[in-house]
Amino acid sequence: MSGSKISELRLDHVSRGFGEVLALDGLDLTIEGGEFVALLGPSGCGKSTALNCLAGLLPLTGGSITLDGRRIDTLPPEQRGFGMVFQNYALFPHMSVRANIGFGLKMAKVGKAEAQRRVDEAVRLVQLGDHAAKFPGQLSGGQQQRVAIARAIVLEPALVLMDEPLSNLDAKLRLEMRTEIRRIHQTLGLTTVYVTHDQEEALSLADRLVLLREGKVQQVGPPETVYTEPANRFVAGFMGYRNELELPVSPGSGTAVGDKTVVLGDLTGTRREDLGETAVAAIRPEDFTVGDGPNAMEVDVEVVEFQGREQAVQARTAGGDELHLRVQARLAPGDRVTVSVPPERVLVFAADSPAAPEEVA
Amino acid sequence: MAAPAAPATAGRIALRHRLADRGMDRTLLLLVPAVVFIVALFIYPFVYGLQLSFQPQPGSETVQRYGSGPFADYHAFFADSYLRNTIWTTLKLSLPAGLFNVIASVPIAYRMRGKFRGKRTITTILVVPITLGTVLTAEGLLAFMGPTGWLNRLLIDVGIVDHPVRFTHNYWGVLFSLIISGFPFAFLLTLSYLSGIDPTLERAAATLGAGWWQRFRFITLPLLAPGLAITFCLTFVLAFSVFPSAVMVGDPSGTTRVISIAAFHAAFEQYDYSMASAIAMIMGAVELIVVGLVLGWRASLYRGASGGKG
Ligand SMILES: Nc1ncnc2c1ncn2[C@@H]1O[C@H](COP(=O)(O)OP(=O)(O)O)[C@@H](O)[C@H]1O
Ligand SMILES: [Mg+2]
Repeated sequence: MSGSKISELRLDHVSRGFGEVLALDGLDLTIEGGEFVALLGPSGCGKSTALNCLAGLLPLTGGSITLDGRRIDTLPPEQRGFGMVFQNYALFPHMSVRANIGFGLKMAKVGKAEAQRRVDEAVRLVQLGDHAAKFPGQLSGGQQQRVAIARAIVLEPALVLMDEPLSNLDAKLRLEMRTEIRRIHQTLGLTTVYVTHDQEEALSLADRLVLLREGKVQQVGPPETVYTEPANRFVAGFMGYRNELELPVSPGSGTAVGDKTVVLGDLTGTRREDLGETAVAAIRPEDFTVGDGPNAMEVDVEVVEFQGREQAVQARTAGGDELHLRVQARLAPGDRVTVSVPPERVLVFAADSPAAPEEVA
Repeated sequence: MAAPAAPATAGRIALRHRLADRGMDRTLLLLVPAVVFIVALFIYPFVYGLQLSFQPQPGSETVQRYGSGPFADYHAFFADSYLRNTIWTTLKLSLPAGLFNVIASVPIAYRMRGKFRGKRTITTILVVPITLGTVLTAEGLLAFMGPTGWLNRLLIDVGIVDHPVRFTHNYWGVLFSLIISGFPFAFLLTLSYLSGIDPTLERAAATLGAGWWQRFRFITLPLLAPGLAITFCLTFVLAFSVFPSAVMVGDPSGTTRVISIAAFHAAFEQYDYSMASAIAMIMGAVELIVVGLVLGWRASLYRGASGGKG
């Protein structure tokens, strides 16, 4: 069992409102067969809504979904044939692991011998051999997750939907299952839409990211592009540009269209959108280096956290702005050091564009 | 002399720890009022009635016919077909009533488990019969379904029947009244059991290709079945002790001469308290047998968590 069963899934202006609120506002997306797409955004941005619309669990209030030219958004979930992994796993508690995995095959009236063979194969794929006869209540979180994945993929669905499948697991297991999901995708090549609020998870798993904010798409692209060239301040904040310095745009330097380099007060950066009077410079903690160089500034070290090869440092600029740094140099609180950052690593956005929420920035 | 004191203290602490290990600590004292309450209101009357049932009343019919041995009243009950048959009469009413209430409440509760506008109104209307009590329900039933009631007038006016149909003062009148008073309980219980089942389970089943009937049949029903067993037991027990409606809308000397009427008759017309106690004990035993059978079946079902959340 391998290879995708579809060539193209198209979402045209898919919208879903709850009363006055548009939880999903005109999502346009074309997914190719075998692709692994991650929907990424903070809590409440409409990720689950998008997934439930795809699965058929929520009717659309606008737009259409077509699978290989066939319109499917009016079909009930049981006729779409998409597999779904739920955040709380939603395993049937009164059925054994085997019966859970075999449920879809039973509904599809697959013959007993054939069903048995495919369940065995799925059990092997998710490495649940010793637990196949147990009930969900007797399994750990990670094992339940494996059952949920096996149950969703045993039918080799045209599309696999996963709604924050790892968010209920502890950090170590999360990493382990992440690799597992990637491995299963590489083995089976099933087209997958994966929802998460964890940018690291999305970056490491997906072929393509879709960033959502308040139901609207902010950027679509491969992980590398989204990571290095975030389209706006929100995406930058989500992609680890933790430092945001609001500065006046220097007269005569950066407003010219076509010129990518912009000077903001003492900083030189790379312009990502049209700017007004003031702008925001977004810088990743790990892009700073200790020592003189471009965009040098003097900072006072306030808090130092040991993080193995690196230190996470909280410092303050002469202007009173708080800076987060990740540096290899060993600093101590009270040190006054010079740090620098190359201009291409300083992304400049308009100050009035929306920022990412605090907890992810 | 601190040395000898130490082991004693250690022993006391150890005892307290050992008790705590078995879930025994001072908070158990909070149970005292409940225990007193249960003993005073349930266990004492039960034990009193039990011992009374083994002491046939001197001069009663039982003693004249079956002597004054401890089981004479029980012997008299089972020897007399008029008394013995009250068990079947009561079962014939309470089993169908309990079964109907449970079966009817499932689809209604199933439709109503989600949130929708007017749910509270509908629930209130369905629950009103509980607050009315059996006597008022019986009176209402007489007014509505009696020979000159609205229902019969309607049937005659529409031309479906020529003569009033007898809905009351027979088996059906009592069955209707048991359904009216028992259904709200069954419905409320079923609704709460249903809302304890995680709705994403059915959604998961839908994505796996299950239509609505299959989702109900393979997911919801098996998870609901243990709750339905309890619901059945409760409505059955309620119906088994039927008294007012059996008298008011039934045929209390014939087809609806239920066991509680027999007990009432013994106690307050023949003044044979010992016989009445024996009948009450038999009543309890029959209920226990039915409930025991149902719970035995329930024990064979899956009864763990159903991923419950509202
Ligand atoms: N059933 C619902 N009724 C009303 N509003 C809802 C419902 N489901 C989701 N929403 C709203 O839609 C928005 C998006 O929700 P959701 O898709 O669950 O976000 P996410 O999965 O990204 O955290 C939120 O603002 C949420 O409050
Ligand atoms: Mg969600």
